[in-house]
This record gives sequence, C-alpha cells and structure tokens, in this order.
Amino acid sequence: MADFTFELVSPERLLVSETASEVVLPATEGEMTVMANHAPTMTTIRPGVVTVKSAGKVSRYVVFGGFADILPSGCTLLAESAVPVDEFDRTLIERRIEEARSHLDNGDHADEHKTRLEQFLSELTHLNGVLNPA
Amino acid sequence: MPSLKDLKNRIASVKATQKITKAMKMVAAAKLRRAQEAAEAARPYSQRMSVVLANIAQAVGTDDSVPRLMTGTGQSQTHLLVVCTAERGLCGGFNSQIARFARDHIRRLQSEGKTVKIICVGKKGYDILRRDFNALIVDRIDLREVKKIGFANADEIGKRIIALFNKDEFDVCTLFYSEFKSVISQVPTALQLIPAAVPAAEAAPESAAAIYDYEPDAGEILNDLIPRNISVQIFRALLENVAGEMGAKMSAMDNATRNAGEMINKLTLSYNRQRQAQITKELIEIISGAEAL
Repeated sequence: MADFTFELVSPERLLVSETASEVVLPATEGEMTVMANHAPTMTTIRPGVVTVKSAGKVSRYVVFGGFADILPSGCTLLAESAVPVDEFDRTLIERRIEEARSHLDNGDHADEHKTRLEQFLSELTHLNGVLNPA
Repeated sequence: MPSLKDLKNRIASVKATQKITKAMKMVAAAKLRRAQEAAEAARPYSQRMSVVLANIAQAVGTDDSVPRLMTGTGQSQTHLLVVCTAERGLCGGFNSQIARFARDHIRRLQSEGKTVKIICVGKKGYDILRRDFNALIVDRIDLREVKKIGFANADEIGKRIIALFNKDEFDVCTLFYSEFKSVISQVPTALQLIPAAVPAAEAAPESAAAIYDYEPDAGEILNDLIPRNISVQIFRALLENVAGEMGAKMSAMDNATRNAGEMINKLTLSYNRQRQAQITKELIEIISGAEAL
C-alpha cells in the first residue's frame, strides 16, 4: 500500500510529521479515512480522535477542532489543540465542556450561533463518553 | 569629598547591584532561548495556515459568502488598536518603543478625524498609554499570571476582538507588537487583523494548482478559518514579543553589568587614592612631631 506524509500541527508545535498509510479524521460531516492519492480536499474538523496507521503502528490523538488540508501526496491537519491519547488528561475535556456550557448559558446568541454552540457541546460530551467510559 | 567609609559602602552597594543585573542577564538568556524555541515551534502552523488561507480565498473569490471579518464593514471610521507589550520593565527601550510607535499611529489617525479605541495587552503598555489616551482604552488584558503563553491566551484575546467586531464597535483592527529580528534588534510592527489582509497567493507550489473539494463548502470553512487565523496571528505576535522582551532585557542587563563594573573601578580608584592620601598625611604628622622634639 502506498504511503503518504501526514502532519499534525498545533499552534504550539509540530506534533507529528511522518509517513502513514492510513489516517482517520473526525471531519465535520462524518469520519473520513485518508489514504494515499486522495483527491484534494479541505475539511473542517470537529473535536474527536485522529487515528494514524503507519508501518503497522497505530497511534491516536485527541484533537479539538481545526481543519485538514488533504492532497494526493500528503495530509496536513491543523488542530487547535492536539494531544496523544495516552497523555490525555480527562480534566481537560471536562473543563472545556464546562466552559462551552457556561458560554452557551450566559449571553444571548443569535440562533445560528446557538445551534453551533450546542453542536460543539454535544460533540465534546460525546468525545468525553468515548474517552472516559463511566 | 566623600569619606573613606562612604566610598566603601558605595562600592559594596554597586557590587551587589552588579550581581543582581548579572543574574538577571543570565535568566533572560535562558528565557530567550526558550522563547525562541516556542516561536520556532509555532512557525509551521502559521505558515501552513497562510498557505491554506490563500488557497481558499482564491477559490471563494469575491463571492457573497465571504465573511465580514475578511471584507470588513466597508468603512474605516473607527479603528481598534491592539497594543501588545511586556508585563515587566527593566528591558531597555522595548516597551516604550512599541508604545511610541502606537502613539504616533494614534495621533495620525486622530488628525485624520478617525475614532480610535485601544486594547492593551500587557501591563507596561497600559501604563504608558494611559497617560495620554486613558479615555480611549476600552479593554486591557493581563498576562502577568501566565508563565508560558499558550494558544488559549491568544484565542481568548481573539474572541474578545471578534465579539467587539460583531457588535459593530469598530471597522478596522490593527495589532501592534515587536517583531523579533535578533537579540539586539526588535522592530515595532503594525499588522492589520480585520479586515483580514489575505496573504497574496504567493504562487504556492503544487497545492495552488489542485482543485479542491470543500467539505462543507468553501464559505463555511472560511467562516471557521478567519477567526482562527486572527488568534494565530495574535499568538505569533505574543511569542515574538516574549522573545523580543527577553532579548532586550538581556542586552539591557548586559549594559547595566558593564556600567556597574566601570563604576566599581572608578570608585575603587578614588578609594585607594584617598586611603593613600590619609596614610601620607599621618606619616607627615608623625615625622613633623618627632622633629619638633
């Protein structure tokens, strides 16, 4: 199977830059698997888990929003914040949920904005459920 | 003429000061290295961001779906200036340089009859600008408690700016910070945030030629991208500022240490002279006393 370069970049640093055979992205409109020679695509990312398969190794990262730039030769994921799943701290996501909720509750938002916030909140809650099974 | 004891005290105090400035210099050097690393690590993100932005802006063109953050309000009556400075002093002309640059800008805008609003990031800039433009400062952001500037800090500032923009509080937003050229030179810089100055599609490599699929559509992505880009720009400015501050502090403290050294030399010289003079005087007294007998 052909490989391609995958880069995971957060504003603070370049997290991953390696060749991968398969990457699963949590795109806004559903999960998306990227392999080599993918059609050029630009997509936004919702909070979720990115799975990178390279040379038989599988690594997983938690990302909070961002977007991905996919080209036949490679894939660049610009994440707002990204952490490897093993180093992930559950308080982090709980704090974010808290923040999103208080943001939603205080202040009157336009309808469109409100739906977006609600969606974001439900995505976060879902992610929390996946990562921290009660 | 100060007495011997005075001189001794002064030498001791200058020596103590020299020790402090020397220590501060070394701390600044260590922090500078860390700040430079942080700025370096953040570079890939902002670079890729601008490439992507250029691509997508090209794709969208001048469609109606272009968000207001990019096109602006169509006016330039009210200007919002975000002035980023350091939280601490003792770093040479670093803070006053940025503040002076911003002040000139404000004066020019005012003489053109524009309305100016200011957001201060960092305590020092606030202290300086407060003297002249207290009425114009709408907000200030304190990062003193922050040990290491993270993207979250920049994002918060970005969100505040966008919230103000959505309330039609201003038309044009400009960011002031100090660009880190080298350890000894930091250049105050103004960067327009809103309407977003799209990096001209710098004949990007392969990606420019590719025809993209957008998911969801390009306008939607742009809507998501522009606020993010603003935060990224602010983040970059903050990192550059930290590096610049540390560089300025390092050279300021180096100067201070050298000055203290010179001062100690001078004081020691006059101390020794005076001691010698006293010894000579005493000798003369003894000798003339012996001769008189």
